[in-house]
Amino acid sequence: MRIPCPHCGPRTLDEFTYYGDATVRRPSATGPDAEPAFYDYVYTRANPFGLHRELWFHQGGCHEWLVVERDTRNHDIKGAVPARSVCGSGDAR
Amino acid sequence: MASRYSIFSLLKESFRGHRGWAPAWRDPEPQPAYDFIVIGGGGHGLATAYYLAKNHGARKVAVLEKSYIGSGSVGRNTTIVRSNYLMPGNIPFYEHSLKLWEGLEQDINYNAMVSQRGVLNLFHNDSQRDACVRRGNSMHLHGVDGELLDRDDVRKLLPMANFDNARFPIHGGLLQRRGGTVRHDAVAWGYARAADSLGVDIIQNCEVTGIRQDGSGVTGVETTRGFIASRRIGMACAGNTSRVAALAGLRLPIESHLLQAFVSEGLKPIVPCVVTFGAGHFYISQSDKGALVFGGSLDMYNSYASRGNLPLVEEVCEEGVALMPCLSRVRMLRSWGGVMDMSMDGSPIIDRTSVDGLLLNAGWCYGGFKATPASGWCFAHLLATDQTHEVARAYRLDRFASGRLIDENGAGAHPNRH
Repeated sequence: MRIPCPHCGPRTLDEFTYYGDATVRRPSATGPDAEPAFYDYVYTRANPFGLHRELWFHQGGCHEWLVVERDTRNHDIKGAVPARSVCGSGDAR
Repeated sequence: MASRYSIFSLLKESFRGHRGWAPAWRDPEPQPAYDFIVIGGGGHGLATAYYLAKNHGARKVAVLEKSYIGSGSVGRNTTIVRSNYLMPGNIPFYEHSLKLWEGLEQDINYNAMVSQRGVLNLFHNDSQRDACVRRGNSMHLHGVDGELLDRDDVRKLLPMANFDNARFPIHGGLLQRRGGTVRHDAVAWGYARAADSLGVDIIQNCEVTGIRQDGSGVTGVETTRGFIASRRIGMACAGNTSRVAALAGLRLPIESHLLQAFVSEGLKPIVPCVVTFGAGHFYISQSDKGALVFGGSLDMYNSYASRGNLPLVEEVCEEGVALMPCLSRVRMLRSWGGVMDMSMDGSPIIDRTSVDGLLLNAGWCYGGFKATPASGWCFAHLLATDQTHEVARAYRLDRFASGRLIDENGAGAHPNRH
């Protein structure tokens, strides 16, 4: 498995550190449903059989956080973009 | 039971050229309705069906398996059984499991090659020794055996280990003599045969494609072989738990991850027990054929692929050589990957779900094999009586919301860190 880093090009897997599902968003801590929302945010995951958007850190390269779209059935990688370009500033979306 | 296996049946068949053996279980057509359906024909599902029939007298039980039985994690592990846990919620459960392993072969009349050769966790510094003492004391408080070995004791057991590794010298280990290994395929086959002989229908090549509900709960499952009705359905789907639960609209605190394992060429006896390397994550034992069976950490990323990547292969082999330098010239015969249902605290779930009649057995991480008998025992108890078994009391689904986590490693809500 090689990850196509947008800055460094295709790089071997052991340059990267995996963080996890990139689709979860930190909810508002003051909302009326903050408790169940935080349970979902911290613990539950879609865990898809197929395309998964996930966060990887290019530790052994440019130190960019990436959002990688990868098929969990066969490790086929569709693409990788810098996380800041899709995740925004961290606000709930 | 079709025929009881014994030395006499073996001798009789030996004289007949082994032509008289009957199939070990039937291949029945699914009936329209069952009292209990277990989704998943792995070790846990088959054990659940067996104990439903044996302990609770259930007669209309089906096990639905999308492929062939034993095609998942029960045939893809490193065969280790042990109960050397730390947390109060875990020890009674795994000790119950180990006791069931000890009597399993007589119970199911099947040679599962249960071998209590011992499980040795090595430590390499003072703080690891303290952690081993603490865990050993916790085991003793629960009536579980455990011995603290010093360096010389370990040297007698494992002379080929590198005791003077500059960074990770071996100072001793925590040994559980009652731990060991069990032939994994035989566990699936033995439970299947024993369940079948009690009337359980084991239906292979039958994938669940939908879970039907009405206002009062679950009513049955859609499968590739038609609709099958039941109001008590247990999911024992290991790595595919999230997919099956999603059919009922459930979102779980589980991710599926990839774990690789490795087998070397056959060697003369060199590793007498199961050994874990405390300086990394590496465990090794030697099969009865002489092959070294070993593994390490997860590949770390979500996967259903049942095959891993090379960086982890390299890491596992490096750790093996750090522990036993003589392994550097051993040839690796094969490797494989399995799909692990990693829970958010590293401990399992045996509980009801928000859908009435639909029960969950999941989150086994990579400790599922050793749990097989107790998992089946407790899940059958929950399915049949609607009461949680006392040794599985801590394995609640709502513990993540309530904060009553059972986090052996203290790793937090990162499923790949457990």
